[in-house]
Amino acid sequence: MSKPENVLIIGSGAIVIGQAAEFDYAGTQACKAVREEGVRSILVNSNPATIMTDLDVADAVYIEPLTVPVIERIIARERPDGLLPTLGGQTGLNLAVELANAGILEKYNVELLGTPLQSIRRAEDRELFNDLLAKIGEPVLDSEPCETLDACEAAAERIGLPVVIRPAYTLGGTGGGIAFTPEQLRTIATSGLAASPITQVLVERYLGGWKEVEYEVMRDGAGNCVTICNMENLDPMGVHTGDSIVVAPSQTLTDKDYQMLRSAALRIIDELGIEGGCNIQFSLAPRKDVRDWEGDTGEPLPYYVIEVNPRVSRSSALASKATGYPIARVAAKIACGKTLDEIPNAVTERTTAAFEPALDYCVVKIPRWPFDKFALGDRALGTQMKATGEVMAIDRTFEGALNKAVRSLEFGRRTLLWEDAAWRDAKAIDLTATDTRLWALMAVLRRDVPVDEIATDTGVDPWFLERLQRIVSVERRLLSEPLERDLLLDAKRMGFSDEMIGQLADRLPEQVRELRLQLGMRPVYKMVDTCAAEFDAATPYFYSTYEQENEAIPEPGESTVVLGSGPIRIGQGIEFDYASVHAAWALQDAGRRAVMVNSNPETVSTDFDTSDRLFFEPLDEEAVRNILENEAGETGDAPTSIVQFGGQTAVNLADPLWRAGQGIIGSSAEAIDTAEDRELFERFLQNLGIPQPPGAAVRTLEEGLKTAQTIGYPVLVRPSYVLGGRAMEIVQNAGEMVGFLAQAAEAAEGRPILIDKYLEGREVEVDAICDGERVLIPGIMEHIERAGVHSGDSMAVYPPVHLNAEERDLICRYTEQIVLGMGAIGLTNIQYVVLPPDGSGTPQVYVLEVNPRASRTVPFISKVTSVPMVQLAVRAMCGESLESQGYEGGLWPERNLVAVKAPVFSMSKLADVDTYLGPEMKSTGEVMGVDVTYEAALAKALVASDLALEPGIPVLLSLSDRTKPEALPLVHALHDAGCELYATEGTGAMLDALGIPATVVTKVLSGTHPNVVDVIEDGTVGCVLNTSEGRLTGSLRDGFHIRRAAAEKRIPCFTSIDTARAAIQTMSGTATPEVARLDEYVAR
Amino acid sequence: MSDARLALADGSVFEGRAVGAPGHAGGEVVFNTSMTGYQEMLTDPSYAGQLLTLTYPMIGNYGVDAAVEESGQIQPRGLIVREVAPVASHPRAASDLATFLAERGVVAIDGIDTRAVTRRIRQHGVMLGVITTDPPEAALERVRALPDYDGIDWAAQVTTEEGYGWGSFARANDLRPAVEPRANKAVAGEGLGARRKVALIDGGVKRNIMRSLTARNCDITVLPIDATAEDVLALEPSGVLWSPGPGDPQVQNFQVEEARKLIGAVPLFGICLGHQVIARALGAGTFKLPFGHRGANHPVRDARTGTVTITSQNHGYAVDPEGLAASAEVSHVNLNDGTVEALTMRSEPVMTIQYHSEASPGPLDSMGMFDRFVELMATAEGTA
Repeated sequence: MSKPENVLIIGSGAIVIGQAAEFDYAGTQACKAVREEGVRSILVNSNPATIMTDLDVADAVYIEPLTVPVIERIIARERPDGLLPTLGGQTGLNLAVELANAGILEKYNVELLGTPLQSIRRAEDRELFNDLLAKIGEPVLDSEPCETLDACEAAAERIGLPVVIRPAYTLGGTGGGIAFTPEQLRTIATSGLAASPITQVLVERYLGGWKEVEYEVMRDGAGNCVTICNMENLDPMGVHTGDSIVVAPSQTLTDKDYQMLRSAALRIIDELGIEGGCNIQFSLAPRKDVRDWEGDTGEPLPYYVIEVNPRVSRSSALASKATGYPIARVAAKIACGKTLDEIPNAVTERTTAAFEPALDYCVVKIPRWPFDKFALGDRALGTQMKATGEVMAIDRTFEGALNKAVRSLEFGRRTLLWEDAAWRDAKAIDLTATDTRLWALMAVLRRDVPVDEIATDTGVDPWFLERLQRIVSVERRLLSEPLERDLLLDAKRMGFSDEMIGQLADRLPEQVRELRLQLGMRPVYKMVDTCAAEFDAATPYFYSTYEQENEAIPEPGESTVVLGSGPIRIGQGIEFDYASVHAAWALQDAGRRAVMVNSNPETVSTDFDTSDRLFFEPLDEEAVRNILENEAGETGDAPTSIVQFGGQTAVNLADPLWRAGQGIIGSSAEAIDTAEDRELFERFLQNLGIPQPPGAAVRTLEEGLKTAQTIGYPVLVRPSYVLGGRAMEIVQNAGEMVGFLAQAAEAAEGRPILIDKYLEGREVEVDAICDGERVLIPGIMEHIERAGVHSGDSMAVYPPVHLNAEERDLICRYTEQIVLGMGAIGLTNIQYVVLPPDGSGTPQVYVLEVNPRASRTVPFISKVTSVPMVQLAVRAMCGESLESQGYEGGLWPERNLVAVKAPVFSMSKLADVDTYLGPEMKSTGEVMGVDVTYEAALAKALVASDLALEPGIPVLLSLSDRTKPEALPLVHALHDAGCELYATEGTGAMLDALGIPATVVTKVLSGTHPNVVDVIEDGTVGCVLNTSEGRLTGSLRDGFHIRRAAAEKRIPCFTSIDTARAAIQTMSGTATPEVARLDEYVAR
Repeated sequence: MSDARLALADGSVFEGRAVGAPGHAGGEVVFNTSMTGYQEMLTDPSYAGQLLTLTYPMIGNYGVDAAVEESGQIQPRGLIVREVAPVASHPRAASDLATFLAERGVVAIDGIDTRAVTRRIRQHGVMLGVITTDPPEAALERVRALPDYDGIDWAAQVTTEEGYGWGSFARANDLRPAVEPRANKAVAGEGLGARRKVALIDGGVKRNIMRSLTARNCDITVLPIDATAEDVLALEPSGVLWSPGPGDPQVQNFQVEEARKLIGAVPLFGICLGHQVIARALGAGTFKLPFGHRGANHPVRDARTGTVTITSQNHGYAVDPEGLAASAEVSHVNLNDGTVEALTMRSEPVMTIQYHSEASPGPLDSMGMFDRFVELMATAEGTA
């Protein structure tokens, strides 16, 4: 087609497992690329925590629910002539297909840009795809699409167990799995059919132990095809690629193998007619001593095409960062009609996008799993992805990149040396695929289990195991030999940190560092330039290694280092990348050079043109100090650092950097310590006369029990210095305290545990900006759920709806006092609990928590108030007053809009994890509903977070005694709205007493049918309201099976009366909402 | 633990470890950016007289397999890498690279900051260098003592001594057939008519050229580089393939004259050095590139269709189209630097390419060039 004038881009919505920050990166690049082409971009996404929804990224920004009716309204309003569907993940692609199927695109004359719909269908529909493969002579894995359980069983019978079950049109392999037994087949097929929007699964031959290899390829409208990157999984077939450790480029493929698969990939995208990016997964025959296979004729190795993603994917974000080739940007330009040779290579600036990157380094990606938070979850890895995020590391060897990647994970302080305590005396260590398999492999190698035995057992190619073995042999040398130059250099080249070396060679990390510097052993920084140095490139994108030549020569001018937030995990999501990116831009606006350090390949912050210089490095003390020393150069003047935008990752670096004599701008290490150290904080608030719930910091069980008794149960127990409320719980009595303190003590890693009186009031949250003299409060947010539900899992409203003027004023006054008193410069987040006014009408406001850093709510508040919070904070940190930036102190005038932020969970992907909302955060992402009234905004937030209730929906009620009185009005409302009610025994008795008809279903799973789980699984009920008393955690907690069944069935399950109230209130208003651009709402 | 070093003509010295065979090696230092195919490169005759730097840092990961060799011996004088992999793993691996280098008597050095070496060559152009265990001063002395690379007829050193038939050679040595994209399999051998006889002038040919032609029903007779046009035509071939090879095309005056006699007399396909020789025969000049094109990712644009193809390249010299006969035209150019990548003649059955359609290593996207050569021969038969 000719170049479009207005293009609609669909984002991917909330961050969930399988669809994370990579689509913010892709969408942001796409918007920029489309703008460069002189095309107007219209963006729709429900996720406010993204750079792409910033007002200046696209030409028109809609933060609205991602549903077909909503998008139709936007199309009717904006009349785009093109739709770019391939940059918003599976969500964006599915919506585009639905819009086309519903005839909306045709009705409004909207053309799909880039890859045609027909190609998408042929790639996503297994039957069509297999036909295509057969047509072009590519090998097809024996498989069968099935739409019923019976069909699945018949297919499995024919193919032979084990089989893989892959649901059609889902992301991250949701609902799929590998069935080894007929029982597993039935379970997985049932959940897979439920997960597929078209109720279709593919039953496929299982190639366990075969190599898994991916190719990222591009094709333009003229038919030019290139390969961007190939990647090899350390984990063989059977583990979802998003859950696999991945290496780029492939390591164990000969040129013949590489080219055979590359040719197949290009042939496939050519036949599909892809116009843009595409990801193709292959399975390649392994060594016969690993897994035997038949039919070797001395010909090329057999392979199969496993899957094609006709869009920008998580793998393409990884490939972009691994190579420097901006896949999303090029894909967007192709969609606008450009050919590859017409698109300049932004890295070299002298070649074009029509080439294939040559790597002169090794890239290792390791997924980041949430099992530090969900210790009781099922940790087995299979075809359904479980990781929330990932890290990437670059070095000149696999060993170096692997060690650095592990250091980047921030899974506690776990290095490659970590071993599970249970392995110490274990006869055999479990090597099945779990989140700890990498460490288990190291452990068995340390115990001299032969490589070939491990390879046969796991299917991991001996190449990887031998490389791990090399790391083990250096460990042994460090344990036994004197720490001399050659040994130290070998260890550094393999990515050992000074801390690991110290641990093995019995030195302090600082002593290792000193020895290293005495020997003149400093890392050099090499450039990621797409071309292995063949062309002179100007990309300021670097990784460290221990070699001869340093390419990151310090540049003149004042620099400041922004410490990023590392991998996306529960509690530290994309919001912190948003803040880091804005920090870099603000520094540039302030005339400084912005230097970014981060380890997350999915993000905008690690796009090479976000900052003046990007270091792709672990965010640990050693890596950051090395970078600061490098940037200091010969002058010795290291740049200052900013720690307050990268979440707890960066904040935790404040103290070590301060001790190392490095300058930090913004809140000082002391201010951070005041906020985090319970005793200091208590004294600080006392001095200001600001109340907080009574409590204390404890280190032993005795202290804990004594404190709780003094202040009275219920109490809130949590470790200090952790983010996302990890290991935080409301404890009702001494019995629970005994069990829970042990768990909290582990998460606290030697730091004290905080015990506070639990006040069940209204929770209010404030973000403030301070220049040292004035405090600006852009907005106050009120939580919909009462205190006790983690703020990250709460729905929040801006502006607050229930606070009176006195309460508001008091909150502002406290905020000012705290921020100024603490000496916090830049951003501070404070959480309060507001109790009903006492008898004399005096407001009762308590401080729950102060964080002298950017919080999760920064993007949300920035967007709805239009106060550029990070910008103001950074310039204040650089010494510019708020006044000189045109802002006064105090509460920023409230906007004439209402915005509701709602959390989004990934619970269907995490088996055995309790979905009950509590003080420990569980959500993976967020959405925003914005409108002119509270009800309308709430309705949008509920729709966007999949919690909206259809009028008359049948509801299952299972209520704890404590919450029954409060639930009464809701039960009446449901009854009045014509909802059929189902109830467990106790709740049923209450309803009976009230004269409300309800069907009683038993909670006892071993007794009569139907029980509670049956009515959820068979679709009798469409929603669950379940409250329980916080007595136990995990599967022992009351109602666990109800909540899990609801999660598997993907139906709303409310565990807080407050959330349920909000959803029931808006039940009648399910008409398609009005839509407007974000700037229209803000300008009202 | 440095025990060896690489010394360059500009006086720079890089410290590393000796691997492979003991001894010293000197030559023109070049780099290749392919990430796979080290064994193919090590056996590519076009590296004669050179020290080959591989920019990919871990070399030897999948071991060695005699079946993928491109000639009967190791061609570069020495190998420069960041790491000779201590571990080899592949279903087809017969041995590991370190053992292979030692057995074949190849001097190699690892532990080298190959990216620094590459950047130096990119900035200052290819230069002479030496791999040695001598101390730095002595190493640099060795570099100064090296003869100039450009003046030597390297092709004469790597050509076959005597002519031979490829088919019987391949059978005798149990060589595996070419790996081609599945899509090409249908094409190759089908609809191409009778078996054809191809004469191949060996200036340093790679076996995959023979394998690719064999797959297309060609019987190949390989001739040494001093073969005359009369020798070639005496075979009565359907077509002549002028092979790739090492060195400066300016020293190939004899073959330029012979090529002139072949143009028009028989369908002619020149690859790399063959392309340069034929270009000279058509009046064009050649010049030395600052640091050559060596890699598997070079984009080439078809001047007529605008299509871009990713090609495998390995050449230090390029054709200067100034003076090219009006009967010939530049059909392909390099997208990066605009250099000539292919020539055709308007009315004679002549095609030449600067890049390597036989890949090995590199992308198989240009395998179709062999089909075009077959078509060229078929057309010539039709009109003859």
